[in-house]
Amino acid sequence: MSDVHIIGAGIHPFGRTEGVSGLDQGLFAVNEALADAGIAWTDVQFAFGGSAAAGNADALLPRLGLTGVQFINIANGCATGGSALLSGYWAIKSGEFDLGVVVGFDKHPRGAFNADPEASGLPMWYGEVGMMLTTQFFGMKIQRYMALNGITPETLGMVAEKAFQNGSKTPHAWRREPVGLNQIMNSDLVSDPLTKYMFCSPAEGGAALILASDKKMRELGLKGPKMRGAAVRTRVNGSFEVFSPSLDIKRGPSPTEIASAAAYEMAGVGPDDIDVAQIQDTECGAEIMHMAENGFCANGEQEKLIHEGYTQLDGKLPTNTDGGCLACGEPIGASGLRQVYENVQQLRGRAEGRQVAKARLGYSQVYGAPGLSAVAILEA
Amino acid sequence: MADRPLADGLYRLEDGAPRLLGGRRKSDGKYAFPMPTGAQATLYDQVDLASEGTLWSYTVQRFRPKTPYAGPGDDKTFKPYAVGYIELPDQIIVESPLRGDDFSAFKIGMPMRLTLIPFREEADGARVMTYGFEAA
Repeated sequence: MSDVHIIGAGIHPFGRTEGVSGLDQGLFAVNEALADAGIAWTDVQFAFGGSAAAGNADALLPRLGLTGVQFINIANGCATGGSALLSGYWAIKSGEFDLGVVVGFDKHPRGAFNADPEASGLPMWYGEVGMMLTTQFFGMKIQRYMALNGITPETLGMVAEKAFQNGSKTPHAWRREPVGLNQIMNSDLVSDPLTKYMFCSPAEGGAALILASDKKMRELGLKGPKMRGAAVRTRVNGSFEVFSPSLDIKRGPSPTEIASAAAYEMAGVGPDDIDVAQIQDTECGAEIMHMAENGFCANGEQEKLIHEGYTQLDGKLPTNTDGGCLACGEPIGASGLRQVYENVQQLRGRAEGRQVAKARLGYSQVYGAPGLSAVAILEA
Repeated sequence: MADRPLADGLYRLEDGAPRLLGGRRKSDGKYAFPMPTGAQATLYDQVDLASEGTLWSYTVQRFRPKTPYAGPGDDKTFKPYAVGYIELPDQIIVESPLRGDDFSAFKIGMPMRLTLIPFREEADGARVMTYGFEAA
């Protein structure tokens, strides 16, 4: 089995880019990644890519070049980017390939994501009665978590404040202006207890990575972070996922907890070893709960840690250093790869303006419907 | 004008009082809500779920959902509504619209009971009803 390294990274700015299709944003990211690694598309041996709303990822082929290369489209909701990365990881780890591309892109219209009950195997009334909204799921999940674990509403606001602060320092972020805590707390409620500024918005963007075996990397005379561990896991009985008309009374672990444990075991490291983390922040509650689900703290500790600045750029575990989904928006196909892109930049010392000092181990976790999580641990 | 349910198979009426319908798996007694349909249905017996439980979580929908939401009015006339999960002891946790205008009164763990909530009015004046839960 080969080790897998990330030797190139590219990104199209997230947010809204009038007149540039999602596909072309993906293309931009791939070309930037290829240039970063100093290779040509004709060198690429495989590709995995995904987009939820901007067409098939393999529509990139005529634009990149019809080389006959293996290209497989990935569709895993918001975890699409993470799943594309995992697919590329296993392609090289297996020894089958040496060099490939993973890409994700999207271009969503404004407003909340539409839900189609039948596409999710649910009855029409569930949508008609007004319960098929991801915003409600996030509101209810954090509402209960706060009640059981002593998290206060202000802590939610502080997560958003950090996100916009970090976004203001990140060239690829959408929201580039800091937003004060008062404004965040007093903005309109979307789904209690979450206000407008506490939710990510559907957006546009593209991100791409070049993966290589250690042998190929050395052949090319390059260096790049090593993928120490990577795992995709789905839900088990008793998890709490979006679009669930009912839940088991007996609770079980989340897919994030399961994927996280698997990735740490593969990597041979623990949460305390991690220097920088990009964890799913669809809304502020998600970042808070994911701190515990990814093993970084016990349930309830987030209240104290966040107030102490633990997750700030100069804290012990800088979290969502590019502002996360809150500041970058959520182009479904791309976000999972944006997280890894950000870790790659941090580990290579190229995270200008938001650089975490001496970042050696980077951790990313992306979560998507109907309940899956992709985790990757990188070493500089 | 007669009331009619939002969908068949969600609840039934006994002496005017609603009973929430669910399924109980024949093999192991595991509860399901809503009652499964299609090929899965043969694996379950239809049962009345408990009418009382506790509030497991809740939220308030503050903006008018996009399609396929079939509620009354439009963006301007939209009234926020509450949604929650109710733990029915020893059975299952069900997602449900919540009745109540004072959203600040909801507290996780509070006792709740099954009710019917008018969802919208049709052109002929008939009311489309949904199951719901309210403070007990």
